[in-house]
Parts: sequence; structure tokens; C-alpha cells
Amino acid sequence: MSARPQPRSTAAPDAPPQGAPGASRGTVPVEGSAADLSPGAATGSQRATDQAAAEAVGARRPLDLGQGGPVAASAAAATVGAAAGTGTVELGLPGLSASMFPAFDEHHPPDAALVADCVHCGFCLPTCPTYVLWGEEMDSPRGRIDLMRQGLEGDALEPSAVRHLDQCLGCMACVTACPSGVQYDKLIEATRSQLERRVQRPRAERLMREAIFRLFPYPRRLRAVRGPLWAYQVSGLGGVLRRIGVLDKLPAGLQAMESLAPKLSKAAKLPERTPAQGTKRRTVGLLSGCVQGAFFPDVNAATVRVLAAEGCEVVVPRAQGCCGALSAHAGREREALAFAKRVIATFEQAGVDTVVVNAAGCGSNLKEYAHQLRDEAGWAERAERLAAKVRDITELLDELGPVAARHPLPMTVAYQDACHLAHAQGVRDQPRHVLRGIPGVELAELVEAEICCGSAGTYNLLNPEPARELGERKARAVLASGADIMVTANPGCWMHVATSLARLGERIPVVHTVQVLDASIRGIPVRQLLMTALEGPGTTLARPSASLR
Amino acid sequence: MASLPAPAPAPAPASADAGSIAGLAERLRKAVGVGRVLTDHAQLRTYECDGLTNFRVTPAVVVLAESRQHVIDTVRLCAKAGVPFVARGSGTGLSGGALPVAEGVLLVLSRMRALRPVDPDNARVVVEPGVINLWVTRDASPHDLAYAPDPSSQLVCSIGGNVAENAGGAHCLKYGFTVNHVLGAEVVLPDGSVVHLGGTAPEHPGYDLLGAFIGSEGTLGVATSLTLRLVRVPEAVQTMLVGFHSVEDAGGTVSDIIAAGIVPAAIEMMDALAIEAAEAAVHCGYPAGAVAVLVIELDGPQVEVDAQFAQVERIALARSAFETRIAQDAAERALMWKGRKSAFAAVGRISPAYFVQDGVIPRTQLPQVLSEIGRMADAAGLRVANVFHAGDGNLHPLVLFDDAVEGQAHDAEELAGAILDLCISSGGSITGEHGVGAEKRTKMAVQFTPEDLDTMQLVRCAFDPDGIANPGKIFPTPRLCGERPGPRTGEHPVQAAGLGEVF
Ligand SMILES: Cc1cc2nc3c(=O)[nH]c(=O)nc-3n(C[C@H](O)[C@H](O)[C@H](O)COP(=O)(O)OP(=O)(O)OC[C@H]3O[C@@H](n4cnc5c(N)ncnc54)[C@H](O)[C@@H]3O)c2cc1C
Ligand code: SF4
Ligand code: SF4
Repeated sequence: MSARPQPRSTAAPDAPPQGAPGASRGTVPVEGSAADLSPGAATGSQRATDQAAAEAVGARRPLDLGQGGPVAASAAAATVGAAAGTGTVELGLPGLSASMFPAFDEHHPPDAALVADCVHCGFCLPTCPTYVLWGEEMDSPRGRIDLMRQGLEGDALEPSAVRHLDQCLGCMACVTACPSGVQYDKLIEATRSQLERRVQRPRAERLMREAIFRLFPYPRRLRAVRGPLWAYQVSGLGGVLRRIGVLDKLPAGLQAMESLAPKLSKAAKLPERTPAQGTKRRTVGLLSGCVQGAFFPDVNAATVRVLAAEGCEVVVPRAQGCCGALSAHAGREREALAFAKRVIATFEQAGVDTVVVNAAGCGSNLKEYAHQLRDEAGWAERAERLAAKVRDITELLDELGPVAARHPLPMTVAYQDACHLAHAQGVRDQPRHVLRGIPGVELAELVEAEICCGSAGTYNLLNPEPARELGERKARAVLASGADIMVTANPGCWMHVATSLARLGERIPVVHTVQVLDASIRGIPVRQLLMTALEGPGTTLARPSASLR
Repeated sequence: MASLPAPAPAPAPASADAGSIAGLAERLRKAVGVGRVLTDHAQLRTYECDGLTNFRVTPAVVVLAESRQHVIDTVRLCAKAGVPFVARGSGTGLSGGALPVAEGVLLVLSRMRALRPVDPDNARVVVEPGVINLWVTRDASPHDLAYAPDPSSQLVCSIGGNVAENAGGAHCLKYGFTVNHVLGAEVVLPDGSVVHLGGTAPEHPGYDLLGAFIGSEGTLGVATSLTLRLVRVPEAVQTMLVGFHSVEDAGGTVSDIIAAGIVPAAIEMMDALAIEAAEAAVHCGYPAGAVAVLVIELDGPQVEVDAQFAQVERIALARSAFETRIAQDAAERALMWKGRKSAFAAVGRISPAYFVQDGVIPRTQLPQVLSEIGRMADAAGLRVANVFHAGDGNLHPLVLFDDAVEGQAHDAEELAGAILDLCISSGGSITGEHGVGAEKRTKMAVQFTPEDLDTMQLVRCAFDPDGIANPGKIFPTPRLCGERPGPRTGEHPVQAAGLGEVF
């Protein structure tokens, strides 16, 4: 019967540090204030219940939820559409003109039973990035589910509804948050496929989408690209676009592409088979990924080294292509299925126990194969078997436990939860365990950790304005954390946050989780790691704001 | 939740017709900006209900206010056009308080989310109405202050909504409801004028208009700024989780603790079904086999907490508690609270649909009332989960049903209603903290005499003579101002003209 009161942290972890989203003036303890308790005095009872309230929606602490602040500049355009003559902010996407009836056709409409699971409690609102930006119902999970329900009840699909559904980042924070277990992931996937198949989009937008999907899922094309205008030449679209004169109508999207193109490092080819060091514990196959493989080859190299050091034989099948993540999340169902089948066949042939993925978006997609291929004759079971073997790299490392010796890396790390790792795969503790297992590493938690950085697959290309606003929120949170380095598990987040930092006139080293572990195992000095990370892909090429405006 | 036939929507004032609404929308756009006024059908429909989904009305216009001036402009234009308006915060209300009026304007305040700097020496802070409850403690905590009212929805509900509903929470047993923590409010009255109720001092001479405004569910005006009282965080906090084999024993323990002169910061109770739901949602690890658990929290000076804690343990043991867990640190304390905080929303995991009921009974009647609810549920062939603020007798029976089964929604609604009648007949009240809203207004006539209700309506008429602020809520018989209170004879002329509705 001796519960001890908790010592009070002088850092006041309940308030966001200055500069972070939601930080208010006057939250720094006032010296000599009558209200100041002596250091070491107990914290209050409310804090335990506040903490519980945050945990009830899957967050670690209240500060991980959206922290409010002024409504984003893009609010008017997001709310009523750029076409409505609001003038100030262009979202890049012209609106649709006609409504569509019926809203959904017979092929996999959003499941009415899943829609009915929503009890309208609103617990998903504070971690939805678009609700945080705009504070209105249509751009919240609850509102988007309502929009789907309207369609199922027989309303036509209005252009406004298409816009709000398009504005969803697919970050799945709402899936983590929902106490009623609403499967928004399944709902938005079904809805997106319907929209993609049936909505006639304005020409400029259609071409932009085509361009993206002719480029990104193809590792070879990506590798060939240096400047983004190249993208159009490579995909054969540049000429077409110029001829019909839409090129200059796509400024926001194009500039987004341009600003995101990372500085390339030399890509050493990965060996097809790397033997385990010491006793072999497992045979694993590595999905090399398209963006990861083309723009972040260092991450794949580090992954192979770490796995081998931890006793895994690593197979990197040559024939693998894109896993279909970008296509699936954008609702391009047929394309996604074709990519998935190829990946399944490739890894079946490789004969591995585990398929390791180091890009969060790809990992979550592979885990969804069973659902995606549920109707494909002869594939459903194979998909399920493969999906069951998929692990994020940190998941596997945590499961295996360390064998290789770690050398100290004394530095403060801001670990950024990638949505497709934390929300879509529920992998949050494992990367933190892996990082904490390195002597000297201190973790700094980010304010608004639950909130998406705005990268979200192709979102930052299709909706550059809100993506930019979210990116800057995340960048400010990273800066305010005072960390020496940012660690992430997704190439998209990496590029996007680094670009956002650059726009704020800041640079901080960025690396993938596995690169930190690799440096520790190889005994690389912390200074060297920080220097390389500062000069690494994504962090230096980002252009200042002038070209983005 | 199930869709039940909604009751008749609020009466529309005489002058509001479709044509004038379109004109009003245009005037609103000019006043507050094109990007803040919605008239698109699909968008309007996302605002048709709050946390109570079986009442739905599509508003004619939604205004997304970002400043006090937007609120003033909107209310003025509504008043001029005789069009009703309904305020809305985060839309988590459970009594349909923010249910729109079909020919009216829904005034959304969720974008007004600024907090002024905390004044630590005077322990207060001024906030806009859309500010989320949790953010207040966020800003107060560096000064070792906190905002006491902590509804389970505190991560999303707005201060404006809390004030309008006089929201409570786990800690209201000791610290009081929202009404005890608001010092002042800036309110836009239904004619568009701005008044300041209360102030910054702890006490004010004259009528307690602020007290009347708190809990008025948006029928007296729209709050645009609120001055909140902050409390010092206590020196020590202790939390325990106690498991019982019977609901009666748990209820008896609550009575015994209070009878012993102990005022815990919180005593929360959950029964087996509620525990099952919480486990399914958040894996909170409550004692296995418990038919009821109590979460008991004591706070205050260390010596007092230690002494009372021992006493509470003895009382629980005397009532055959079979497991007592004591939180050793903040993380364990949070885990104990997590199950309770997510219980409502989590019931969706164990039942396709449910009603959240909210009633109050005298604490001493807990065991009897709970067994009676059990009997009533059995008789109706339905399950009822109980989650509640046991310390102040505030019950939240959750009536579980399957909306796919013909007639079950209706049976569930009947049962929920019968439970309220039971609360009244045991000397309690029809709502503890969720408000009357659209849902319980007919029950008001059961709890209050016509004279009581008329007196309340006089207050309402003083603030809102034209009845345009959230009409159709709270009162079973929406009276028209100017009508003399007293026994009603015959038909009101406006009603006879088919313009108003009286029942
Ligand atoms: C899962 C869950 C758990 C809950 N737990 C609790 C609990 O423990 N305790 C509790 O008390 N409640 C609880 N509630 C109910 C609800 O959260 C509260 O009533 C809350 O105060 C509503 O706030 P809101 O911002 O969502 O208001 P809304 O639902 O938007 O509005 C509620 C009422 O306030 C009025 N209103 C809103 N803003 C203003 C304003 N600025 N000026 C004037 N009127 C205004 C509206 O017109 C309406 O009548 C719970 C709800 C849910 C879904
Ligand atoms: S999706 Fe879940 S959290 Fe969001 S409103 Fe619906 S039930 Fe609540
Ligand atoms: S997926 Fe993300 S952006 Fe989309 S509704 Fe859910 S929380 Fe909001």
C-alpha cells in the first residue's frame, strides 16, 4: 500500500515546446509565480485521466493528438472548392462539375455494414490531419463515412463529396483512434476504386495522375529520372502535355514533384544472396521498393548489412517490381492487382521464411494482399500466405532480438511515426525498442506524433497545398523537439519533411531507422553519421520557397 | 447506432421560407466570406446529427465561424430574417443538443480554437469556444494547474459545448461540474448584441446570469469567449481498481465510502458487459471474472490520501471485494482509467447498436436501482451495460440492441425510457451531464411541474423573445414568448394558423 507520487518533470512534458504546433504563449513556467510548486512535487490526478483519454484513441499522450492553432490557409479552398471563386489559395485540383448517380456501382461498393459501425462519437477527429487543418466535418473521418453513407442511401455523389474524399490522406490515423473498431481503411479503399473507375476528372487532373502512375511504380524509370520534367519525357507524356497546353496549368503539382526529387546517391547493386554472419537464424527476402530502391539505395544496403549481422541470410530477388502500394492507395485497382501478383510469384520462388520491408507504405500494402486479392481465382490463398510472412524491418529485428554488438551513438533522436507503419500496421513500439537498444540514443517524442506529415503516397503531388501545410507542422514539431537527427521509416515522409524543413530555412540530418542501427553495429562515430545524414538524399536538394510560390 | 424515426422537428418561425433562406445564405457569404458558408446538400448532410444518431435533420445553411465577428454577423442576420440558428461545437453531444433546424442555420464554432495565455497567479485562462477540453490542461500544466472537468470525450469535445451542456466527468464528484469552473462568458445574444456574463472575479453581485447560461444548451445565446477557473494539482494522487462478484456489493461500497465522510476525487463503476467492451477495445486488463469494478481515486495532501486509502480498502473488503489493485505509477494509473475512458465508445465492439442513457439517482439507492435495471433488461430480452459516475449517482446505462432485428430498436428505446422513469421515481433526475436536447424534452414534463417549466421558459423568453436560438430543445411544449404562463386553454392563435406547434 505505498504508491509513490510521481516526481514532477521540470521539462513540463504536458505542454508543447515553444515553436511546436499548439504551443501557446505563456506556457513556460513563470519564475516565482504563486502557482509554482517546488520541483519534485507530485503531478495532478487530472493528468492520469488526460493520459487515459489519449490512450483510449491509441495515442501515447495528449500531446500526440492534434493541437489546434489557427485554421490553415487552405481552409476556404478545401471547404468550398477553388472553383467557388475564393481566390486566395489554389489547391491544384480543379473541381468536378456534375454529380454522379448512382454514387456507387455493384463492384465492391463501400460495405454498408462497416459504415453502420460508426457511432458518430467523434473520437477520430483530433488525429485526422485534415480536421486539424480545417476544422470542418466533411474533412473528418466521421464526415467522410457520412458521405459514403449518403451514397449508399441513394444520394447522388456530388462534386463536393468527391473533393472531400480526395482530400483524405489515407493515413489511417482514424483506424488507430476509433474505439468502435470502424474499418475506415477498407471503406476508403473501396470508395477510392469506385471514384477512380467512374468519376470523369477534368483533363488536367487526369493527365497529372497518369504522369504520376506512369513514373513512380517503375523502378527503372525512376532511376532514370533526375529532374522532374524528365518524368514526362520518360513516360512519353511531356510532349502530349505541351501540345495540348496544360503544362502551365499544372504548376502546383509540378513544383511539388520538382521539390521532392531527392539528391541521388550512387546505387551499388545489392547482391542477390547475402549469407548470414554467425549462426543462421532465418532466411529473409527483401522487398527493395521503387522509391526506396531508386532514391534511397543506402537504406537497402544498410538493411542487408544489419539483417546479415543479426544472423539472417538475405535474398533480394532480381525480378521484383513495384508492390502496387501507390496504385492501391489511389484506387487504381487493376494496376494494383497486377503488381501484387508479380510480387507474390517472385517471393514464392525465392523460398524465404519472411519477407522484410523497410518502406512503411509498401509493408502495409503487402500485408493487405489477402484482402486485395480476395476475389482473384487461384490467388486468394497465395496472397494470404505471402501476407502472413511480411514483416517491417523493425518488427523482425525486435522479434529476433539482438545478437550483433551495438556501439554507442550519443545523440537525441526524433523518431517520426510513418502513418503506414504506426497506423496501418500498428508498429510503434518496435522501432522505438530498436533505437533504445543502441547505447547513447535518447528518444525525443514529437508533438502531434499521430498526425500525418502530408506526404501520404501521391498526396503531396495531387494536393500540394495541404501537404505543404502538414509538412511544415511536422517540420516545426521536429525542430521544437531539439533532436540532433530525425529518424523515419518511409521514403515519402523523409523527402517531404526534409523539403518542408528546407522551406523553413532549416536543415537537420535525416536517416532511416535501420541506418542508425547499421551505424551502431559498424561502429561509425556519431559525428560521421550526422554529417552523412545531413548531406544524404532528400535533405540538400530541396529548394527554398521562392520556386514553390 | 440505429436510425429511428425522428420526432417532429422544431417548429419553424413564421418568416422562414426557402426563398428567404437562399437570400440569407448570400448575405451570410458577404458578411463572413464565401469559404465559410455551406449550402451544398452533401456537405450539409455531414452536419445532420451529433453523437446521437437517431435524430437527424439537414440544416439549410452551415456557417463555419472563425471569429467573434463572424458569430455576431451570423446571429444578427438570422435575427433580422427570423431564421433560427443552432450552435455546434465538436458535435459529440449525446442528447441531440446540436441537432440542426431544417430551415435554419447551423453555426459551427470548431474553428474558434485560440487560447489566451494562462494567468497562473489568478489561476485562470480565457479561451474561445471551439477549444478542445484537453488543451486547457495542456496550457495550464506547466504552472501546476489543471482544468478540472474531464468528460470522457475530453479529447474532442469543445469548451463551448461543455459550457452549454454543463458537462461533468470522473472528477466532478470532488471538483464539481463545468458550472463550478467558469468565471465569465462573452455571449452573443439571439438579437446579435454582445454581453459579458460573470467576469474574472470569483463572485459577482446581482442575478447569476452566468449560472443560467451554463447548461442552457445553446438556447440563450452563443458563447464566444470563456474565462475558466484552473485548479492547483494536488500533492498526492492514489488510484485503485477493485473487483467485485456482484453489482450490489460494488454499489454498497460506494455508499459506504461516502457515508464514512470520504470525498474521493472519483469513484467510477463498470459492470461485466462494460468491462468486456473496454477489454475488446483497449485491453485494459481489468480483474478477470469481475461482475463489477470500481475505479477509485483519492487526491489531496499526502497524509490525508494515505489514511483515507487504507480506510477505503477496508470498506471494500467488508463488501467482499475479491481483488484490489493499487496503481504504482502514472502509467498504471492511466491504464486503470483507460478502460473507463473508452467504455462508451467501445460498446460498439460488442453490439451492433446501442443507446447511451444518462440519469441520476440518489447514491444510496444504487444497489436497488441496479438490480431493478437488470430485471427490466431481462424482461425486455435485451442487454444493458452500466458505466457510471457512481460517486454522484450518475448512471450511464447503455442499452444494447441489434438494429438488423425487426423491432429491437423500438424495444431498446422503450427500455431506455423506462430506466429514466425509474430514475425519477427513485428521486433522481433525467440527466446528469448529457443534457436534455432533442432527446429528453418530453421527459421534462415528468420531472417538472408545468409551473416549473413555465418559469424556465420565462428566462428563455427574456434572452430570446423570438425563439430563434436552438428552438425545439429542452422544453416539451415550446411556448411562444408573449404568451402568459399558466394553465393552457384552447389553441394558441399562431398554432392554429399552422405556424407553431404546441403539444
Ligand atoms: C463517447 C462519449 C463520451 C462522453 N462522455 C461524457 C462525459 O463523461 N461527461 C459529459 O458531460 N458528457 C459526455 N459526453 C457528451 C458530450 O461530449 C458533452 O455533452 C460535450 O460537452 C459536448 O461538447 P461538443 O463540443 O461536442 O458540443 P456539441 O455536441 O457540438 O453541442 C452540444 C450543445 O452545446 C451547444 N453549444 C455548443 N457550442 C456552444 C457555444 N459556443 N455557445 C452556446 N451553445 C453551444 C449546442 O447548441 C448543443 O446544444 C460524451 C460523449 C461521447 C460521444
Ligand atoms: S469512425 Fe469511430 S471514432 Fe470516428 S466517429 Fe465513427 S465510431 Fe467514432
Ligand atoms: S485516413 Fe487520415 S486523412 Fe483520411 S479520414 Fe482517416 S485520419 Fe483523416
